[in-house]
Amino acid sequence: MGENIILETVDLRKEFRGTVAVDGVSLSVREGTVHALIGPNGAGKTTLFNLITKFLQPTAGSIRYKGEDITHARAADLPQQGMVRSFQISAIFPHLTVLENVRVALQRVCGASFYIWKSDASTRHLNERAQELLEAVGLKDFIHRQAVELPYGRKRALEIATTLALEPEMLLLDEPMAGMTSKDIIRISELIRRIAEHRTIVMIEHKMKVVADLSDTITVLSRGRILAEGPYEGVSQNPDVIEAYMGTGHAA
Amino acid sequence: MAEREAYALRSEVSGWEARQGAERGRLIFAAIAVLALICAPFAVYPVFLMKVLCFALFACAFNLLLGYGGLLSFGHAAYYGTAAYIAAHTIKVWGLSPELGLLAGTLASALLGLVVGWLSIRRAGIYFAMITLAFAQMIYFFALQAPFTKGEDGIQAVPRGYLFGVIDLRPDLTLYYLILAIFLFGFYVVYRTIHSPFGLVLKAIRENEPRAISLGYRTERFKLATFVVSAALAGLAGAATVLVFQLASLTYVHWQTSGEVVIMTLLGGMGTILGPFVGAIVVVTLQTHLAAFGAWLNIILGAIFLACVLLFREGIVGIAQKRLKKLL
Repeated sequence: MGENIILETVDLRKEFRGTVAVDGVSLSVREGTVHALIGPNGAGKTTLFNLITKFLQPTAGSIRYKGEDITHARAADLPQQGMVRSFQISAIFPHLTVLENVRVALQRVCGASFYIWKSDASTRHLNERAQELLEAVGLKDFIHRQAVELPYGRKRALEIATTLALEPEMLLLDEPMAGMTSKDIIRISELIRRIAEHRTIVMIEHKMKVVADLSDTITVLSRGRILAEGPYEGVSQNPDVIEAYMGTGHAA
Repeated sequence: MAEREAYALRSEVSGWEARQGAERGRLIFAAIAVLALICAPFAVYPVFLMKVLCFALFACAFNLLLGYGGLLSFGHAAYYGTAAYIAAHTIKVWGLSPELGLLAGTLASALLGLVVGWLSIRRAGIYFAMITLAFAQMIYFFALQAPFTKGEDGIQAVPRGYLFGVIDLRPDLTLYYLILAIFLFGFYVVYRTIHSPFGLVLKAIRENEPRAISLGYRTERFKLATFVVSAALAGLAGAATVLVFQLASLTYVHWQTSGEVVIMTLLGGMGTILGPFVGAIVVVTLQTHLAAFGAWLNIILGAIFLACVLLFREGIVGIAQKRLKKLL
């Protein structure tokens, strides 16, 4: 667990036509840790994600990643710098095969993507790496299947394999466990634990057991502000947090 | 462990074998189709066939953008017509050879595609369609007013000339083989684009654009490249049409031509490689045989288009592919 701050937001703020979705959030993520973002619906978690990954432009405030100011960077440039995100709904390419899904990512890394005049076979050397990645997430037997045919849990596994193809230093996972069966949750938790060994992970998650198991630090957001921060034990005892979650029973 | 690896290797090999088998099947089919096209002018009126091929190329170009790029351009006649005017002017007024006319027309359309594409690609869906339509209307009114296009008359009596200064293109049969070669070239470019690493990214963008961005792709660059290729090939089709009918007129840049190419593509099967070709055959055949109905032709076409969108969205080729898959 490093002491270096890999990602830092300073007074980040986002307004949508008068409503403030993110209201002065200053977040520090230490390198090599699993950092969970939790909070009731509408707390601004996904908006914060979109701001960090440049899918949205902040109204005010700044973002630093690996010591560089990325406040005005382009979304498509962040993966090159090692930061890759996932989405709340499973982000796959449904009508490509499982293998092609991973190849799209590998191709970006090796820079073959603008080869209009070459055939598919010119990137055949990527298949080996793609298969390794698919094996790591337990999808080896499905490689020629269309991604849309996979059951939900497997789709998320495919998404993770695709993400890992970019060899990211930092992953931002938006509710990786949403809609999963308990069997899938165990498998994906295991997978996340494994990939977290060499990486930094920021994760939005509602399932408290997952958060407690996996994360080193938890930041609780409520109405666009940070309500509490720290390890699970501290945060779960915090009276403000318990109050924010009243009625939903999550913090119990 | 070794056993598992061996199994995995086998399943991988069989997966690739299946793909190679499909590839071989496609090659045989392509060879038969090309042979049929080579023999066709001995059975069917060559000028009709050339019209089909020109529109088929135009529809293939359009399909690349709509079916694989996911972008509905409602102004593709602009590229088709611009190339037609430039080619006609190059050949008739400047007296250059037909291949230079084709080249000039294609380049002009590619350039126009680059400008319009660059300005419109950031918008999606209906906004994109409207922007492309607006530009196409501008081109139409330019063609109506500019002196070199000869307004309502168009550029008439464009000589077919001699290809590379040697081959006399005046006989319909000779010209047919040039048009066929142009069509096959354009078709191959589309095929190559779709089945390249670039094409895979393009499909990924169509499937899930935010995810493609999050993998580090600047999606607008890929869309723009596709737009330019599509515009250039639409231009090639337009320039080729000039050689066939020896005419470049306002019909080429009219919005109705943009509409016809949409109908051909959807009728034949959007996002299928053969769909636009089949759609072009159907629409041009109908236009030729129902010409006696006058204005009713458009109503008939409209009704067919409606039926297609309501009843069979995959188009003729899309449905045929599904049936074939079931049979196999």
